[in-house]
Amino acid sequence: MKQRDPRLLVQPSPLLKQAMTTAQAMRDAIYALLPATLAGLWFFGLGAALVLLASIAGAVLTEWVFSPTETRRRRLLDGSGLLTGLLLGLTLPPAVPLWIAFIGGAVSIGLGKLIWGGLGYNLFNPALVGRAFLGGTFPGAMTTWTAPASGAGFFHVYSSNLAPPFMQAQYDAVSAATPLGLMKFEHQPTPLLDLMTGNTAGCIGETSGLLLLAGGVYLLLRRDIDWRIPAGILITVALFSAILYLVDAARYPGPLFSVFSGGLLIGAFYMATDPVTSPLTPRGAWIFAAGIGMLVVLIRVFGGFPEGVMYAILLMNAVTPLIDRYTQPRVFGTGVETK
Amino acid sequence: MFSLASLLERGFAHGIHPPEIKERTADLPTQRMPFMDRYVLPLHQSLGAPPKPVVRVGERVRRGQVIAKPAAFFSTSLHSPITGWVRGIGSRRSPSGDFEQAIEIEADPFATQRLDPTPRPDWRRLSLEELSAEVQRAGIVGLGGASLPAHVKYSLREGVKIRYLIANGAECEPYLTNDHRVMVEQPDAVLKGIEILHTLLGVEETIIGIELNKPDAVAILRQRIGRDRPIRVVPLRVKYPQGDSKMLIKSLLGFEVPKGVRSADLGIIMNNVGTLAAIADWFDNGMPYIDRRVTVSGPGVSYPANLLVPLGTPVREVLRFCGGLKEETREVLMGGPMMGTPIASLDTPILKGSSGILAFTARETARPPEYPCIRCGRCVEACPYFLNPSKLARLAQARLFDEMKRADLMECVECGSCTYSCPSGIPIVQLIRSAKGSLYHRKAKA
Repeated sequence: MKQRDPRLLVQPSPLLKQAMTTAQAMRDAIYALLPATLAGLWFFGLGAALVLLASIAGAVLTEWVFSPTETRRRRLLDGSGLLTGLLLGLTLPPAVPLWIAFIGGAVSIGLGKLIWGGLGYNLFNPALVGRAFLGGTFPGAMTTWTAPASGAGFFHVYSSNLAPPFMQAQYDAVSAATPLGLMKFEHQPTPLLDLMTGNTAGCIGETSGLLLLAGGVYLLLRRDIDWRIPAGILITVALFSAILYLVDAARYPGPLFSVFSGGLLIGAFYMATDPVTSPLTPRGAWIFAAGIGMLVVLIRVFGGFPEGVMYAILLMNAVTPLIDRYTQPRVFGTGVETK
Repeated sequence: MFSLASLLERGFAHGIHPPEIKERTADLPTQRMPFMDRYVLPLHQSLGAPPKPVVRVGERVRRGQVIAKPAAFFSTSLHSPITGWVRGIGSRRSPSGDFEQAIEIEADPFATQRLDPTPRPDWRRLSLEELSAEVQRAGIVGLGGASLPAHVKYSLREGVKIRYLIANGAECEPYLTNDHRVMVEQPDAVLKGIEILHTLLGVEETIIGIELNKPDAVAILRQRIGRDRPIRVVPLRVKYPQGDSKMLIKSLLGFEVPKGVRSADLGIIMNNVGTLAAIADWFDNGMPYIDRRVTVSGPGVSYPANLLVPLGTPVREVLRFCGGLKEETREVLMGGPMMGTPIASLDTPILKGSSGILAFTARETARPPEYPCIRCGRCVEACPYFLNPSKLARLAQARLFDEMKRADLMECVECGSCTYSCPSGIPIVQLIRSAKGSLYHRKAKA
């Protein structure tokens, strides 16, 4: 029996590979954000949906335009642009004009990612770069909040959403303050239950604490994110605010309020955990997380802004290379006692 | 006995959990591969200098006769696996793809192929030097993977006292079951090899390390050891690369061998269980190392098997004996799926170090699209030597080899855990290997 040999590859080992891919990790993060996203739409209506779409469109289109033709398809398919656009959209106020959301998405990808060399090379979290840009450029639009409608008038689009580019927007909705703003400027706490379900004023996707937590747990179970980062951030924030709360309960918020208010949960689980902009080693992750937690409380309590998650993460992104440098793993068989 | 608590504290840090895929061959008794008509024996089958041929073309040789003698201390003998005639001495294609000196032997179809055992001296009377010489005469190499001539380990530095003999039965590479079968089928040979080394090296304690997925091997060895012998069988967590020598020492003895130190200088000698059985075979039966136990498996093989294959048998014949390759086969590896070498041609002969012949289909060989490194740190958490593979890969791509050396490139044992765990599909260990190769060539040129 004469049989022809198959044409053999001589591809070097290992031939086994675990199933997780970078694109899959991006898709997982998007799935994990879906419950909180839907809750945001329930509370803030169709206008919020348009904001998300505008931000995603800005991000994905920028990725498309500025990618070389041969890598374009692959870059778009890795899902990182979509994720960045979604994350940015979720951290925008629901009544923000759509053109601002679109510019935010474009800046996130353009200045946050592509200019550094694309996925894997950026120093700062792209979505937060976009958000910081918008916060500096359009401070009014970025701090005008609306009270949640909770399903009532779901098909309502805020008139400010449709403001033409570079024109003053007309705000029609009842403007409201966020729980952090109420706390900071009026020392008025918000019921914890509202914070957990998301029935408060705030950014589209940051208000529903429990659903963000559920998505975070999903990512942890899938081992997509380093558990040390959210754990470290939440523990630091809770501890630090507990100490302040014990010092003066009338002036400072309690630990549970601190954890469930503002953008802390979305930041801790979905932004600080961005592998590209967080340290490489477990030791580095703890330092990074503790730094974010401290900064969040410092900015919220002692700073000029009611919210500090964005700047806390961006600042720690900036020192990540430094943390990496001093937390390289100890090579096996060095620096240990032997028998 | 072991408790759950001792299991938890035991072991090395990091590592990976690839699928084991041993079930297709784990319970298959080893079959003897029939003799073929032609054998090609490359001289270079171990680390160190290749042995020098001592036969001429046309000469008749018997099965088990020496055909090449060690060229140096770091070199070992080569024997004919077959009774027949030497048909050629010259360059033949080697598994690496290069041409290498080899001896080609044609089998005598009418010979009985029985080995005439030459009686070996009583091992109890041997000095350590004589033991080393005997093992070199037997042509035994370390069967764990690196194919270091086995006798080299028994020449100790002056003043070193051997405290531990470790028998390595971890067999952490997926698919492979040949060490498993040695332990189950020849427990007495393994223990005899241990007894010889234990006695002659003056070892205090022998530890047999076996991964928990081979409970039958643990049970049978424990039963044969009986009571009051200074030999312990220790079941180990199933984790790759448990069988790496420094990881196994960490798992069994609880400490890290310092960087740059040889474990022998700390009083530890480690041997693969197959090597130990081969040593026993030499002293008991005068059997030199001419038959290799090979696991033939993988999705491209129709009838997986554990085989005892005479050295020099072409891979083609081994695969044909196992029902041939499936049509969808795309790659054949010699060794395990994590560290094995791909072979370019099925004419490649079985060598002393060929622990497995594994055939893979497009499902396993397909490479997912490569994404940029997203610095997720999975490789850092996989690397058992606590290196930073992502950094090494980045430096390798930039051809900054000296920079890599400073990042402890040479500590890498190329276990492949980094490539296995990389979600971006970056061939990390492959880059590291080729960087090492470039450094080696540069040094050779200088």
